[in-house]
Amino acid sequence: MRANDESGNLMAEYSAFALIRNALSANRDWKPAWRKPEPKPNYDVIVVGGGGHGLATAYYLAKEFGITNVAVLEKGYLGSGNVGRNTVTIRSNYLLPDNIRFYEHSMKLWENLSHELNYNVMFSQRGVVNLGHTPGQLDDFVRRGNAMRHLDADARLLDLDELKRLMPGLDTSRNPRFPILGGLIQPRAGTARHDAVAWGYARAADRRGVDIIENCEVTGFIKDGDRVIGVATSRGEIRAAKVAIAVAGSTGEVMRMAGVDELPIESHVLQAFVTESIKPFLDTVVTFGMGHFYMSQSDKGGLVFGGDIDGYNSYAQRGNLPIVEDVMSEMLALFPGLAPVRVLRSWGGIMDMSMDGAPIITTGPLPGMYLNCGWCYGGFKATPASGLCFAHTIARDEPHEVSAPFRLDRFHRGAVIDDKGQGATPRLH
Amino acid sequence: MLITCPYCGPRDVSEFTYQGDGNRTRPDPDSTDLGAWNRYVYDRVNIAGEHNEIWQHSGGCRMHIAITRSTTTHKISSVRAMRDAGPGAGQ
Repeated sequence: MRANDESGNLMAEYSAFALIRNALSANRDWKPAWRKPEPKPNYDVIVVGGGGHGLATAYYLAKEFGITNVAVLEKGYLGSGNVGRNTVTIRSNYLLPDNIRFYEHSMKLWENLSHELNYNVMFSQRGVVNLGHTPGQLDDFVRRGNAMRHLDADARLLDLDELKRLMPGLDTSRNPRFPILGGLIQPRAGTARHDAVAWGYARAADRRGVDIIENCEVTGFIKDGDRVIGVATSRGEIRAAKVAIAVAGSTGEVMRMAGVDELPIESHVLQAFVTESIKPFLDTVVTFGMGHFYMSQSDKGGLVFGGDIDGYNSYAQRGNLPIVEDVMSEMLALFPGLAPVRVLRSWGGIMDMSMDGAPIITTGPLPGMYLNCGWCYGGFKATPASGLCFAHTIARDEPHEVSAPFRLDRFHRGAVIDDKGQGATPRLH
Repeated sequence: MLITCPYCGPRDVSEFTYQGDGNRTRPDPDSTDLGAWNRYVYDRVNIAGEHNEIWQHSGGCRMHIAITRSTTTHKISSVRAMRDAGPGAGQ
């Protein structure tokens, strides 16, 4: 399939032939992957937020529901928010059925995503391993693994010998504060290239007629009584029958502009780190629940890792040193051999932490408005299912079957989905 | 982040535990207004800017303190003992 932009130029194709042709012309002639349209005054649907979830929503609106008169508004450049900041882990290893069904639906979409988008998102099912340190924790892994397998997800217990083979660098001695006894692996879990997910959805949505409008910040909402009928932006007023919000950490501030002052959300900062490239060291994703640490190795060779959120409300996109120290010490507790490896950079992203640790995909809270938020620090893996379910909610004005439990009103109905059982304490989810 | 505890003086943030949003007011214990209780438990203002919050000096004097801190810069503009924080703060 070939597509043309407004001036008739051929848009980017990535065939072997195109690679050779562009190599011969010193890569000067690559065409943009999506158009840069001016905003129109009216759309059927506006999606506020050009991150992974917003772009996926626009793509599925066009593909599954035939709604192509759609604008995605992004305040910065595409991929500048959490879709370009996360640590790329994809898994569905939850305990509660509502979470497993939703994230497993997402996993199945991931498994076909590169074909679906005709864009290599580098989805790699390298497995996600949870480490266990006590017999009680291993019993809990049995329970969670069985819960997953009941609902068509995959899980397998690992003994210490298997862990040693899987991760030779892991300290499996009896010396650490938390000696490792075994683990739980979800073999189909893994990683993907986060930027490619944003670019792939953007290109695929663009080709179905969606206008992706970058550098377009929403500054207010246009309302007719209670009903939202459009948005005021840094590039003028844009009206639409339906306005959908998918802005993650900025949810509180964007919704305040619409007159919704309180939501079951707190914004917190999560830090992430990457080391210099080293030789192949870790070919799975490892998580250390005792201290909250996780790590994988990127295809470029850098170790990508992180830990807990800083633990206080923040919109700063940067964190403080105690968590840095905490994360580094956890890394060395698991892999003492990594001590000489240098950290290349660290950064922070703003997490929309919900009150039960589960997301919100809902109609409302105002007429004409749809809200997608509350992803805590697990939004990346949800990107395909979030987009599909949000598009369904927008197009049909009713939830998709796998996202029905995630409506906003669950908090006031007493139907929270609290996988960790922490209660309404967002910093602990 | 350095927090100046009103009892102990300036201490590193790692000595403190975040106890959450200080803007909430607990409904009257005799209230049977379920909506008000739900709002108190679940709904937050989540402001980008000056934020009232409760911290505990858990690695020090263990007292609770009321702090006003910017959530966009992390700069702390005020630290008060809870008893001086005024009615409603962090109930």
